[in-house]
Amino acid sequence: MRPAIPSLLLALLPALSALADDGARLYAQNCAACHGERGSGGIGVPLALPSIRALTTEEYLRRSIRHGRPGRVMPAFASLSAAEVDAIVAHMGSWNPGRPAEYAETRIPGDLANGGKLFQKHCASCHGATGEGGKGTGVTLSRPREQTIMAPALHNAGFLASTTDLQIKAILTQGVTGTPMVSFVRKGLKEQDIDDLVAFVRNFEQSPLARPDAGKPAPEPVLSVESPYDLKTTVANLKRAAETNNFIFIREQTLDEGIVPPGRENHNQQIVYVCNFGLLAQALNTDPRVGLFLPCRFTILEQAGKVTMMASNPKRLSQIFNNSELDEMCEKLTKMYLTIMEDATL
Amino acid sequence: MRTLRILLALVSALLAPAAAHADQMLIIRSGQDFEGAMLTLQNAIAAQGYTLARVQRVDVGLEARGYKTDKYRVVFYGKAEEVAALAEKHPQLMPFLPLNIAIFAEGDQTLLATNRPGVLGEFFPAPELKPVFARWEKDLLEILEKVREAR
Ligand code: HEC
Ligand code: HEC
Repeated sequence: MRPAIPSLLLALLPALSALADDGARLYAQNCAACHGERGSGGIGVPLALPSIRALTTEEYLRRSIRHGRPGRVMPAFASLSAAEVDAIVAHMGSWNPGRPAEYAETRIPGDLANGGKLFQKHCASCHGATGEGGKGTGVTLSRPREQTIMAPALHNAGFLASTTDLQIKAILTQGVTGTPMVSFVRKGLKEQDIDDLVAFVRNFEQSPLARPDAGKPAPEPVLSVESPYDLKTTVANLKRAAETNNFIFIREQTLDEGIVPPGRENHNQQIVYVCNFGLLAQALNTDPRVGLFLPCRFTILEQAGKVTMMASNPKRLSQIFNNSELDEMCEKLTKMYLTIMEDATL
Repeated sequence: MRTLRILLALVSALLAPAAAHADQMLIIRSGQDFEGAMLTLQNAIAAQGYTLARVQRVDVGLEARGYKTDKYRVVFYGKAEEVAALAEKHPQLMPFLPLNIAIFAEGDQTLLATNRPGVLGEFFPAPELKPVFARWEKDLLEILEKVREAR
């Protein structure tokens, strides 16, 4: 059976008129958690600022939604249709009476060496020595932060694919009123210096910032180690091994505790929670979303006389958060999990 | 012209196979305060046919050791027969069971964060698991939508 296209189109007509308020709903579903219900910022930049509206094009917004900011928390929204992206952009336009900017895609030539020198002198303190962006992108949910607006990443494939040279030039020339990004013309830079800076930023495209796992096969989602002992001994060993590795034992339960009536639990499937509170606090400060997989959890299973210890692999989970500041920490955690499980087999 | 373009986009979106999700986390903001959002969440989980397994009080543990934090909990939920059957046949899934959602305060609002269950399909490509993850994702979206809309 093929779908009947004309009747499908007819069925879609009411959906179409609903698109306007869909913009508000889609924004609330996909963006408000990070950018605030009305674009006031939460994490990331305050999208609703009139100065940002005046400096950005609708195409910049569309591309930003499509590409996200790899490694900088903002995901690429591959699952939104073109119409849905348009609806979100239209909704964002309703925050401000002003018209969005328009820029041609013209490339601005410039002296890279001079641009690089100026970048180190005037920009690196906020945007990072390699343009990787200010630290603490994920911090701002639920936790205090020092700077209200984080300097965004410029050395970022998502930003570079979304912006135009003329937009960068306009931002450097005018500054973004209401943010720490000031006008560098007012700071004394000549137009040629600005052009050199634009060319330098554009040139970041030639040397993408490598993420540690780029190009490598994805790590296994689950770490597992077989135990030579029975389940009870393995659990006891695991607790001891965690403690020698500076983790505190939190609790032990069956996998199904709480979802089956008391007394009906399957005791061949156990969970042991352990925690290093210093690490937990540090991880939550880097990105509060990681609490989803913390404190550290081991699952111990006895099946057909064989006992296996398992843990979800932090190094793999790190990828779904799209936050490069987590990568190193998660890699360390993976090593710790393996050490604890291996120690438990001794 | 523009209408036609939107229509075509809608039709192709409907007919095309689901695109890969680069947005692998689901994160929503509730207008309710922490206690209100927690209650709405627990009711929504039950209404979707799941049992609330446990609430992990991450903030309590942190504060007991002198770390500053706003309210932060992790809610675990599942269906007894489903968890038992999956653990039996696909023990590798066990570290991800029962399902969970992080819920934490941001001032007088509340944020909820969890991974898309569809991501598990990348971790565990067995074809018979695909419909399970798809159902979890559909249920989860309904749960989160209720919390997001509650006032
Ligand atoms: C005091 C800190 C600070 C300094 C110094 C600074 N910036 Fe910024 N910059 C920011 C912040 C914060 C923003 C975000 C403003 C916004 O919301 O768009 C920003 C935004 C930008 C943007 C727009 C990027 C985007 O994603 O919206 C560009 C381009 C930029 N800065 C380039 C530069 C360059 C080049 C220099 C050096 C000449 C520089 N900045 C110096 C803090 C700074
Ligand atoms: C998980 C958090 C998160 C979600 C969800 C999110 N963003 Fe972002 N967004 C960010 C962060 C963080 C940045 C800044 C990146 C940086 O610091 O380099 C950003 C940057 C942006 C920018 C660039 C702003 C500028 O001035 O250059 C735009 C535009 C944007 N987001 C729009 C959206 C829209 C629209 C949605 C919903 C479809 C969305 N974002 C969803 C976190 C998020």
